[in-house]
Parts: sequence; structure tokens; C-alpha cells
Amino acid sequence: MSTVDLLIVGAGPAGMAAAVAARRHGLDVLVVDDQPAPGGQIWRSVETVAATARGGRLGESYLAGASRAAAFRACGASYDPSCQLWQIEPGYRAFVTSAGKARTVSAKAVILATGAQERPVPFPGWTLPGVLTVGAGQILLKTADQVPAKPVWIAGSGPLPLLYMTQLLAAGGKIAGFLDTTPRGRLKPALRHLPAALGKAGDLLKGLAWTLALKRSGVRTVKHVAEIEARGEGRLQTLRYRTDNGQWQETAAEVLLVHEGLVPSIHAPLALDCQVEWRAGQHCYAPVLDGWGETSQPGLFVAGDGAGIAGAIAAEHRGTLAGLAAAARLGKLPAAAAETEAAPARRALGRELAFRPFLDALYAPRPQVFAPPDETIVCRCEEVTAGTLRARAQIGRPGPNQVKAFTRAGMGPCQGRQCGYTVMNILAHAQERPVEALGFYRIRPPLKPVTLGELAALDQKDTAA
Amino acid sequence: MSGTAAQGYDVAIIGGGLHGLSAGLSIARAGRRVVVLERAWVGRHASSATAAGVRTLGRDLAEVPISLEAMDMWHRIERIVGDDCGFHSHGQTKVAEFETHMPQLREREATMRGLGYSHEEIIDAAELRRLVPTLSPHCVGALIARDDGAADPHRTIAAFRGACEAAGVAIVEGCGVEAVERRGADWLLRCGERAFTAPAVINAAGAWAGRAAALFGEQIELGVRASMMMVTERLAPFLGPVVGVVGRALSFKQSDQGTLVIGGGLQGAADLDRQRSTVNFVELAKGARASSELFPSVRGVRIARCWTGIEAQTRDHIPVIGASPDVPGLFHSFGYSGHGFQLVPVLGEIMRDLVMEGTTARSISAFAPARLMQGRRAA
Repeated sequence: MSTVDLLIVGAGPAGMAAAVAARRHGLDVLVVDDQPAPGGQIWRSVETVAATARGGRLGESYLAGASRAAAFRACGASYDPSCQLWQIEPGYRAFVTSAGKARTVSAKAVILATGAQERPVPFPGWTLPGVLTVGAGQILLKTADQVPAKPVWIAGSGPLPLLYMTQLLAAGGKIAGFLDTTPRGRLKPALRHLPAALGKAGDLLKGLAWTLALKRSGVRTVKHVAEIEARGEGRLQTLRYRTDNGQWQETAAEVLLVHEGLVPSIHAPLALDCQVEWRAGQHCYAPVLDGWGETSQPGLFVAGDGAGIAGAIAAEHRGTLAGLAAAARLGKLPAAAAETEAAPARRALGRELAFRPFLDALYAPRPQVFAPPDETIVCRCEEVTAGTLRARAQIGRPGPNQVKAFTRAGMGPCQGRQCGYTVMNILAHAQERPVEALGFYRIRPPLKPVTLGELAALDQKDTAA
Repeated sequence: MSGTAAQGYDVAIIGGGLHGLSAGLSIARAGRRVVVLERAWVGRHASSATAAGVRTLGRDLAEVPISLEAMDMWHRIERIVGDDCGFHSHGQTKVAEFETHMPQLREREATMRGLGYSHEEIIDAAELRRLVPTLSPHCVGALIARDDGAADPHRTIAAFRGACEAAGVAIVEGCGVEAVERRGADWLLRCGERAFTAPAVINAAGAWAGRAAALFGEQIELGVRASMMMVTERLAPFLGPVVGVVGRALSFKQSDQGTLVIGGGLQGAADLDRQRSTVNFVELAKGARASSELFPSVRGVRIARCWTGIEAQTRDHIPVIGASPDVPGLFHSFGYSGHGFQLVPVLGEIMRDLVMEGTTARSISAFAPARLMQGRRAA
């Protein structure tokens, strides 16, 4: 077992910035990360890709990751890539696995910089091979320069589909069509938030530029798509969709990428019993945090999109703040000095956060995302349908944990990461309760699957005879 | 204190775990009006956190008669609760890894035979291999109870609940008993704004049974356990019997769903006040190691989830069953830590006898509450 001052989980924008800030004040820092190289999802493989033509095609905000990764490498933090964290105990003791062996790490403070996941979007046929998320498509583009051979369909809403499509076109990919699922009439309520968002006029222009580029390239766009359906024998063959006032349309399709926004990774904070709050504007839970990113558990911080979706730049500032706070908490930085050093990051974070309500209002998920038809599989691990959950919802007003016991939804290896919010919404709707009244699944460790053999390696003692 | 009028019943049961439901079912079927008061929801703690073993193998000698009667009931459980509860009878084994472990198994078998019991049987390495082909070849033999098995916890809870409701038991969830008062011949149980009266109360509050007894002024020494479980991803069927091992905390089985369900009594930490328990992975690693040494083929199998269940455990590891020696109308049924689901059906009948007749034909004197009460040790 090793002991460090600060354990940082995740080497994306937040984790790297936190490490740099904490190292500046002499903390003994260990960073563990699932990925083989720093950068997180946004800057995936940036160290090797930035200098190539592919890097240029991915754009400026991607290339910006190269200098961050270099600063992180130079900061003096210990760094374990390809290392999965699967349990943290209060105190703090972390359990990680790398190279097929489990081990423990003790830390006086912990920063969870585990980011976000794409919001699962259940619809009939979403589990068919050939249906992926836009995020998954983008990872293939970043790490392997992999462009689908056949034209792809994109369905969804938000900045990521727009960005991915421009990146895909630059890489020589073909887009069969874009099913824009943003509901009609979203702009007006979003514009109310525009004055606050003007501080980030650059981002607004960037979004506009993506939209114009798509228009110029002649990508076929269908607006206000309300429902989609994937069909096929053993894999995606036919895509069906319906606009809010239209008939069902049908088209041949081999690849469909979907995206309906991001939600914070909340499993680790929930497992550690941190308070979480419902973020109505983002339709998800996020941990309750103070101005430094500290959770309700002393010495445990959340930085980056895990604190609430706000993007890579906000993630870096949140990382810096958490790193400084950890240094202050461990006595390496006087409180007043921490405040002074934090001021620029705080101001910049404020500008980033002011931009979010506009995006959140514009790209709030369409209602169908939370109300899939009865035949739709909601829990992929245990293959539980929306209809089964609806039928159960009426028997004694159960919450997610009781429905889990009845139906096995949420019992599989993903620990409810795919079905959690959908189950909450289905129950809430059936029981006419506000969704936030339902609560999330109780999280049972491990946070990531660990094998019996890996766990066995923790038991070094001789077996009792 | 005034407030809402209390609802009157013949019997109030504190605790909606399987033992509370089983007692409620038997008593309601005998024509009494029963209410089950459950603080959270039915089966919230030990009942849904268990491996749901149905095991006569290795029972305390005092438990063997009721355990065998319960086993007969399990083999016709569908007729009792309307569902087979996912019960399968592939046997339970206690495996000896080394020759040095065999004498204690042989001695147990001899003791049982001496008492006239034949359900525990020694098998040799060849028969063990036939029954459990994937077991590591270093194992030399086992003690087996062939009629034993395991149930599906959630199906069992749903079946007992359904049977209770069909028999007219009122099940009130989200209703923790906070205070009790004597009202003439009745007990008044207060749960927040709500109140219930009954002349007879069954304490089936599991790990919290000591606290429930204290509400009646009764001090019963009771320990708590937080037994850990792990469940893996699904595998193709390869294992019938439940496998335990001499000298190791391991209970290893494959469920109907194909998952491996691994327990055996390794301890996490329990917090009775917060009603939470936590897994201790350093301790649980012993179970992972035992699993991969007994079944080398499972080393690469992924663990999907682990948990702990909070259970009551008495100092002598046998339950508390019987009328309170001091408090009129109070009956206890708890302390089944490590017992799985095996005794559940017969305990319903025993509690019915005690509440309605004041006595039972079954032999339960070893479980008398007085043995755990300060200054009141049973003779």
C-alpha cells in the first residue's frame, strides 16, 4: 500500500490542472487514469496526434491540449496511466487495478476528475450493432483517425454533433444526414440567457460557424425530429424517424450516431455518500460542492464536468481551484494566499458558467428521451424494457432501488450508468411524482468491474490451514 | 398525546423481512388480523442482501428438528406461497481441501447418524468431482446434504409478500415503530403520525431487534454482523451445488441468472443508526482468493457488484425464538444471521402457535430469549 498527500482520479483537463496547481505547492500527488495517455476525452491521444495532419483537422481547441499535457508531464506528479479506480473508502483509501493486479493507495485528500458520460438515449433498436454514440465516433476519429466507410447518420442535439460533423467532413467522412432532435421553439427561451452568455461571444460564433459549414457542405438536415427507431436483423439496416408534425420516414442506414448531451459521472460521489442535488436545467444530479469543489465529505473534491456539465475550459479552472484547496487543506498554502491565487480561475470559471444556461435551454433533451416506447430496452445489461418498468411502477409506488430488486434493472456490470435516469423518469411519470423525488440507485462497489483474480491479489497472507 | 385514531389489529409484527412476513402469513391464514410494520420497505436489509441459502448442512444440533421440517416445506414451497421462489435443490457441500480436514467432517457425520439423522453424508473425491466437475482437483472429499439448495431472494420476498397480501395481512412500509405504550390489554405502537394497537406483538426486526425489544423495556444482548457478498457477470451454467469449504469463509454458487454469488460470512462494517453498511475489500479479497483457488477457471471473471447485509447475531449463533419472559404479549423471532432462508417457512408456523396457543409442539427451548437477558439466564 502506498500513501500520498493527494490522489487525483482522471487525467483530463480538470485532473491535469489540479495536479499542476497542487504540485506548485509541494503536495505529493498521484494521478490515476483509465486511459493510456493524458488528455481525457476532449484531448484524447493529443500527445501523439497534435503534431500530425489529423490533429490539425480536429481543430484548435483540440490542439490546445498538447501544451496542457506537457505541463502536466513536467509538474512532478506521479502518474499511473491505464489504471482503473474501482473503490474508494472514507479516510481515504482507494482501490485500483493496473497490469492485472489490484492494490490500495491511501491519500489525505482526493480529487475526482472523472468527467461526464453521454446521456443514454434509449429508443427502439438502440442496442443494435451499428448504433453508437457521437462521443464514441469521435474517439475513433481522435485515436485511430477512423472514418466510417459508409455514410453515417447523426441524430441528436447539442454542440457535440455539430463539432463532430465538421471534424468528420474535414477527415473525408460522409454524412448521410443529420436528424436534429432539438425541439421547435427552443431558441426563444434560450435567448433570455443570452445577455449572460455574451461574455463567451467567441463560443457562440464557433457554434454558428459549425452550423454554417454544415450548410455549405450540403449535409441534409431534418429539423425537429421527435422520435427515432433503429431496425435490422442482427445489425442496423433501417432507420425510421418522425418529425414533431410529420409522418414516419424510413431510410436504409448502416451507422447511426446519437447524442443528447452529457451528464456528470456521479457514481463515485454517490458511493462515498456525498450529498448530491438535482440540476433541473441539466436534467441530472450533480454533487453539492463549495466554491473550491469540495463535497460534503471533507477532503474530497470533484472537479471538471463531474461537478456539472460546463466544458473543458471550465474543467481546467475547477481543477486549479480544487488543487489549490487541497494544498490549503493540507497546510501547504495559507488560506489568504489560496484566495489570491484562485482569483483569476474563479473569474474565468464565472464566465464559462454564465454561458451554460443558454446552451442548457437551447439543447435541453426532447421529452421522448425520457419516455421511450414500451418495447424499448432500458437496462442493457439485464435487458429490461420500458414496458416492464412501467408495469412495476404501479405496484406500491416503488423507487429505483425497489424496481431494481423486482426487475434486475441496474444490477449489471454498468451499475445503472445506462438506465439510471431513464428508470427515474419512467417511474416519476407513471407515479405522477417529480423526477427528483425518486432518487438514484444505491451504488454498490466496485465502481468498475474487477476480476476475482485481480481482487484475490490483494490477499497476500497465507491461507489458514 | 392525541392525533389520528390508532388502527386496531390482533397481531402487529415489527419488521417486514422474510421472518416477519412468514409469521404474518401463518397467523393471517389462521384467521387473525395482522399488520406488518416496516420502517423502509419489505425485504430492505438482510432478506435481500443474502445469498438465500436453504441449508440443513452443519446446523446447530438444537436447530436440526425444525430445520428438517422447514426443508420439507421448501420442497413444496410453491403450494405454500404460490411460487417456487426460484428454489433449486442441487445440494450443499462442505469441501475438504486436504486429508487433514476430513476427520472433522467424518466426526460430524457420525454425530448426526448417532442422533438418527441421515441427511448429511460423506462423499469421496470421485463423487465430489462428479457433482462439481470444475472444482480444483486438489480437493479430497466433502460432507453433503443432497436435498439442500438455494432460493432467489427477490422472488422469495415477492412470493411471501404476495401470499401475505392475499391472506389479508396489512403491510405498511415506510413505518418505523418509534414508541410503544400499554393501553389496557393492547400495545399501542407509534410510528410518527400513525399508531397501531394489538394485544400481541412479534419482534422480527432483525439487526434492530435489540432496539425494538428495548422499546418494551426488555434488554436482550444482540450483536450485529455485516456479511459481505459479491456477484459476478453472467456465465454459462457450470455449477449445481452450493460449495462451502473447511477452514475458509466461502459460500460459492451459481444463480439461475448465471451469475456467481459468493459469500461465506466475511465481514464488512455495519452502522445501525444510519442503516448503512460498507464493504471491506481487503477482507473480501480473501473470498476472491478462496474462489479462485477452489475454482481456478473463474480467475478472469468480472465482479459486477458487492454489498453487505446487516444481520442480527446472538452470542451463541442460534436465533431468539419465543415469548418474552416478562412482557405480556411480546414475542421474539430474530437472530438468524448466517442462516439464509432455510428456517423461514417453519418459523411462520411456530410464531402462529406461540401467539395463538401460547405454546408449540416443536422443540424451541434452546432459543429462549431469557438466555440472552442479563440476570435472567435460563436454567
